[in-house]
Amino acid sequence: MTAQRKVRLEVRNVSLAFGATPVLRNVNLDIKPGEFFALLGPSGCGKSTLLRLIAGFNQAQSGAVCIDGADITRIPPWERDIGMVFQNYALWPHMTVAQNVAFGLQERKLPRADIQRKTQSALELVGLQDYGQRRPSQLSGGQQQRVAVARTIAIEPKLLLLDEPLSNLDAQLRVHMRTELLALQRKLGVTTIFVTHDQEEALSISDRVAVLDGGVIQQVGTPMELFDRPANRFIASFVGTINLLSGTAHTTADGTTFESPLLGRLALPRTSAVSGSAEIAFRPHTLTLASPDRAGSADKVWMQGSVAHREFLGEFIRYRIDVQGIDIVADQPHYGGSIEFLPGALVKIGIQPGQIRLLAA
Amino acid sequence: MHARLSPAHAAIALAIALFLVLFLIVPVITVVYVAFTNSDGTLTLAHFFSFFGLTLMRESFYNSLYVGAMSVLLASIISLPLAYFTMRYRFRGGVLIQTLGVLPLIMPPFVGAAAMQLLFGRSGSVNLILNDCCGFGIPFMEGLNGVIFVEALHYFPFILLNLTVALANIDTAMEESAQNLGASGVRLFRRIVFPLALPGYLAGAALVFLKVFDDVGTPLVLNVTDILAVQAYLRITSIGIDDPIGYVASVIMVIASLVALWGSTWLMRGRDYATLQRGGSSLARRELKPLQAVFAYGWIILVLLIVLSPHIGILLLSLSKVWSFSVVPDVYTLDNYKTVFRDSSGMMANTLLYCGIAAGFDVLIGTAIAYLILRTRLPARQWLDLAASAAIAIPGVVLGIGYLRTFKDFQLPFTTQPFTAFWVIIAIAYTVRRLPYALRSCMAALQQLHVSLEEAAENLGASKNRTIYRIVVPLMAGGILAGFVTSFLTAAVELSATIMLVTAQSDAPMSYGIYLYMQSIAGRGPGAALGVIAVVIVGIGTYLSNRLIRGRAAQHEAPRALHI
Repeated sequence: MTAQRKVRLEVRNVSLAFGATPVLRNVNLDIKPGEFFALLGPSGCGKSTLLRLIAGFNQAQSGAVCIDGADITRIPPWERDIGMVFQNYALWPHMTVAQNVAFGLQERKLPRADIQRKTQSALELVGLQDYGQRRPSQLSGGQQQRVAVARTIAIEPKLLLLDEPLSNLDAQLRVHMRTELLALQRKLGVTTIFVTHDQEEALSISDRVAVLDGGVIQQVGTPMELFDRPANRFIASFVGTINLLSGTAHTTADGTTFESPLLGRLALPRTSAVSGSAEIAFRPHTLTLASPDRAGSADKVWMQGSVAHREFLGEFIRYRIDVQGIDIVADQPHYGGSIEFLPGALVKIGIQPGQIRLLAA
Repeated sequence: MHARLSPAHAAIALAIALFLVLFLIVPVITVVYVAFTNSDGTLTLAHFFSFFGLTLMRESFYNSLYVGAMSVLLASIISLPLAYFTMRYRFRGGVLIQTLGVLPLIMPPFVGAAAMQLLFGRSGSVNLILNDCCGFGIPFMEGLNGVIFVEALHYFPFILLNLTVALANIDTAMEESAQNLGASGVRLFRRIVFPLALPGYLAGAALVFLKVFDDVGTPLVLNVTDILAVQAYLRITSIGIDDPIGYVASVIMVIASLVALWGSTWLMRGRDYATLQRGGSSLARRELKPLQAVFAYGWIILVLLIVLSPHIGILLLSLSKVWSFSVVPDVYTLDNYKTVFRDSSGMMANTLLYCGIAAGFDVLIGTAIAYLILRTRLPARQWLDLAASAAIAIPGVVLGIGYLRTFKDFQLPFTTQPFTAFWVIIAIAYTVRRLPYALRSCMAALQQLHVSLEEAAENLGASKNRTIYRIVVPLMAGGILAGFVTSFLTAAVELSATIMLVTAQSDAPMSYGIYLYMQSIAGRGPGAALGVIAVVIVGIGTYLSNRLIRGRAAQHEAPRALHI
């Protein structure tokens, strides 16, 4: 398996509806050569539809799909040279593992010797070289997934599409397979798009992520950008856990301030110019908890509340704190000698203004 | 379920077993025994040697195999495009196919055969037109061709329906992944779709083969006698009940049927694809390209025309006074119907009586076997299922010969009438022959019924019998009804066993009456009229039962294949 020429994929102004139901609305994507790109979103957001559209199984009502600038919208699936790994693997039960992997090569009418060699090396690449004569039903879930991957990469596709590739595996295997998938992609260098509803999966292995909701791309960015600078309320709450407080924002020449009943008037760093009703967002792990009788440092804004609920999660403890009827989630690292608060205890919550994101409501 | 050996269950099982032994196993074994023994009871292969020493028998044997295989082939050629186009393409008329595709099953092939002769025979309508315009004819109905043509047209729905269900069950991703890897069109079908649908196809193909092998009426009406089933019938009825050649023919027929059944399961061994399939996403049906559309619609219109031709032909025939050497009849009349109602109303009553008894017993036995197998731990209960289902592999002629031989010295108590001349034996033959249909139906109905529904009733204080009465039977009603209707309707058009067992015309059912009429040229009109009446009865029955079954529960039921 040799490293391939890397291609760029563009999705331009694509809209698609099933009957009267719009599924994709004016979707634009520009995926760079060799990128490991994730489509993330809740179920029903249109991410699988978009992937199937790229593979040619769905036809858009408007817009185009281009590879290296060439429009492929009208090319049928079997002439696209875009490999897709299906969610349920779709291994053909009437063929052996080797026959499954050889299928695409046979369809390309390659010489017999080449087919054999490429089949073998694809199987080697996923560590299943000794399983060629088995039937798919004789393999475990993880092995079936590898066969599905081998079958797809054997044809050396221009583009690799993975539809929820890890969703049928158990939790441990999932973590293992995702690093393996990434290593394989890096080795082949093939531009890869994978669909997932699991934000941890998307953030941990992709170069960039597009988050979809309601058929609309909400934000495209690196995992860190999405986490640190969510573009809107949906991204903020879908990617990671977050606290949201509503209030009013004022942007003047001097800077931005945010006013809310809980926190009073807050001066915020200049990140976005928002005026009017707005929300601030801050992550649970950026908060500091302290006993109410301790003096709080001046670089933080402090609120007071009582512990409503606590969950022990190993590395940290997640507190739900009732601040004047509003729930604030705060994560505190857990280690030998760390301070703990019991349900009902009064606590002070410290927020660093630098960790606060302002979102237009 | 708790393992409890109830004496009631055991008693029911024994009663069913006794029935099957007496009216299925013993008669078949008797046939085999006679074929392998001399008159003094010593074992011999001499009958087999003399069978294959006769040119007529050898030819009959080859002809039967040939007709069976060619019918399957022709039925496949008709069914494959129909099933594929309706299941994989956006296609107007899919429903039409699904509905009209069942039509041939309503009319037994021997009824349509005479009409087909008039339409497609040497001097039939089609060839008259062909000769007129093009100067040549096509020998559709010459000799074995006619049998193959008629059989394939009547039995292709078995392949079509099974294939349709099989195609519906294939996960879409299976095909999409092949397209993704570069396969399309015929290659996609040949390498992925057809292999995955193969179990359904083989089930249908085996059924067609069995049906064709079993059929004695069609070749007789078409005047083709060098066929195994016909020879078995002729030897026994003309030479006598002791003629060993008839028994050898019977044994060969049973073996061929068993091989066909066993072969279809053997080919599919270890290929239980169902376990790997997850009910995939909704099927993305493809658009037909213009050329494909022309082919698809052309094919369907052609098939529909041919499929409907025996029905149209029989209708024309029933209304005709004279019909020969002309495209359509010359003179129309209703006399045939008058004749039939005057002479044959007894036959109609007989059909209703025999088939009612047979279907009633079939669902009773079917429900009991289904319950014993799925809900009890009775030892050896699987044997009941196996024995009851085995009837599918026993040709009607063979069963008939078996009854005649087994019960030949048995007299009805308090009379001098032999049991074999008593009309009840026809009803029993129907019961045994149609039991597999009812059994499958009842089994499927009970399998869909979750045990917890019964346990809930028991938990609330209902005894086992009360639970069966109040929960199991009402919930199974749809399946039981479907079983009753299938048994009844298919028994109504049964001829193979009937032809062996009818001794007095007053005891004959409609199917035998149609056959008798069709024997003479003059009788064709009334025969066709009786055929039309049978088709109407069967058609109305099918329609009503479908409405009834759809009305009850079964909304969520997947399309069901015609198995067995």
